[in-house]
Amino acid sequence: MRFLTISGPPSSGKTSVILRVIESLQDRKKKIGVVKFDCLLTDDDKLYAKKGVLVKKGLSGALCPDHYFVSNIESCVTWGHENGCEYLISESAGLCNRCSPHIKEITAVCVIDNLSGIGTPKKIGPMLKSADIVVITKGDIVSQAEREVFASRVKQVNPGAIIMNVNGITGQGAFELTSLFEDASDIETLKGKVLRFSMPSALCSYCLGETRIGEEHQTGNIRKMEI
Amino acid sequence: MKDTALFHKPMTETLTQHPYIEDFLTSFGLVVKPDTNSLQHYLDNLDPDNLEDLGISKDQLCQSLDDFLTGMLALSDPMDKVEALTIIGGHDKSGNAEELELTLKPGEVICIVGPTGSGKSRLLADIEWVAQGDTPTKRKILINNQVPDSKWRFSTEHKLVAQLSQNMNFVMDLSAEEFIRMHAESRLVTDPEEKVAQILQQANELAGEQFAPDTPVTSLSGGQSRALMIADMAILSKSPIALIDEIENAGIDRKKALDLLIKEEKIILMATHDPILALMGDRRLVIKNGGIHKIIESSAAERKNLVSLEELDNKLLALRNRIRTGDTLENI
Repeated sequence: MRFLTISGPPSSGKTSVILRVIESLQDRKKKIGVVKFDCLLTDDDKLYAKKGVLVKKGLSGALCPDHYFVSNIESCVTWGHENGCEYLISESAGLCNRCSPHIKEITAVCVIDNLSGIGTPKKIGPMLKSADIVVITKGDIVSQAEREVFASRVKQVNPGAIIMNVNGITGQGAFELTSLFEDASDIETLKGKVLRFSMPSALCSYCLGETRIGEEHQTGNIRKMEI
Repeated sequence: MKDTALFHKPMTETLTQHPYIEDFLTSFGLVVKPDTNSLQHYLDNLDPDNLEDLGISKDQLCQSLDDFLTGMLALSDPMDKVEALTIIGGHDKSGNAEELELTLKPGEVICIVGPTGSGKSRLLADIEWVAQGDTPTKRKILINNQVPDSKWRFSTEHKLVAQLSQNMNFVMDLSAEEFIRMHAESRLVTDPEEKVAQILQQANELAGEQFAPDTPVTSLSGGQSRALMIADMAILSKSPIALIDEIENAGIDRKKALDLLIKEEKIILMATHDPILALMGDRRLVIKNGGIHKIIESSAAERKNLVSLEELDNKLLALRNRIRTGDTLENI
């Protein structure tokens, strides 16, 4: 089973890109599963189900979404494998820019959009900087030169990645991206695998439900700004 | 890694010769204070806790720097010369064979015509992807009569194709001059300031209405944006093939624009329904149901008509200017 982790800032077009890739994989008669991770609510699982692919939805609720991801992804992979998926795609949003779901030896894709601003590529951490494939969306809204300038900023922070422009609405570029998916990591289980980068940590009173503001209520792993 | 010496020279020297290394390091959130110590010394002495906060490991940073330098050094390599681009037919949407083998040479202008949804974009995408029978149309693309290296597909340094899309919007908060400078820097041209001045001057010659270098790109008119992008493509782009998705009629001298691109010895493919642009092309590919249905060579009679079409166009343009300047059109 080919397994890929797809991540990207909220509203960058991850779901649209994945839907276009699914159409292209279905043309090639492949059986596909998708695991959608989100925080509070998502209806994207219905969009996937409508395409006739197997889908699992995970909502992290009051937990850190990427910690939730890493605690569940192994059983999701087993689920995909047991259900005979030829492709399994995990979709998760990187919400704090320091998190990343990418796993060593597992093909990692980051989706980022042209409208997010010239300074955005350097603001995003390992989710973008350690990805194997960077998909840039919403290129139809800006000029060629602006696409190039944006892509050069992405290249600066992740020079080793394959950078592709994909239009999530028309599907332009999705065919080409799918060709790359055919070479994605082929696995049966995530046992023994490690994350590409550690996740940000916090273990303080606020993690445990504290809501009061003030020095006297802060215990655990606390860091202070220099003021 | 081709140039290991730069890791061992004093940082002050390395950063003067390769200013983009500083940009690279600061884009990871690192602080650079150049001194007489080497780049290697700098990398060896990075604080692991700081790197952890920035979300990068030292190994990954060094790997990225290596990839980045390889890419930057490749930018100064000469571009492979494209003498011929060959399209070998595949099939249309109904599976009918597209029986053709078409070879295009630098300086040629080929127009692509056909209704919306007929497959014009797919043809342009096949060329950009240097398709090898692996796209829905099963077309094959040869460069210099050979199956090209697949590096063309993903290279950002040596892109085979530069595309000028119909959409000319900008969202970046930059002036025209800053924007073009940033674009020039991303291409690592040797004399960015001169190139920037050239592009702005050329764009002003193409545009119906002049604009100043400090005009924000977001407030350029449609015609000014197109003029800027065409000048940018002609002067900055090293890509031997230009794909143009319609040069709209308003606010730009289309003939001058096309001449400027031809001058740069590119192979030009242009999707258009504009009669003047279509007749300026050497050939027209008629797309129907996803396939190249017919090839029309621009005939002598058509070329003759081009003269009267241009007169007509100039007349309309003059009327447009009169409207713009507040004149009436009672006598035309």
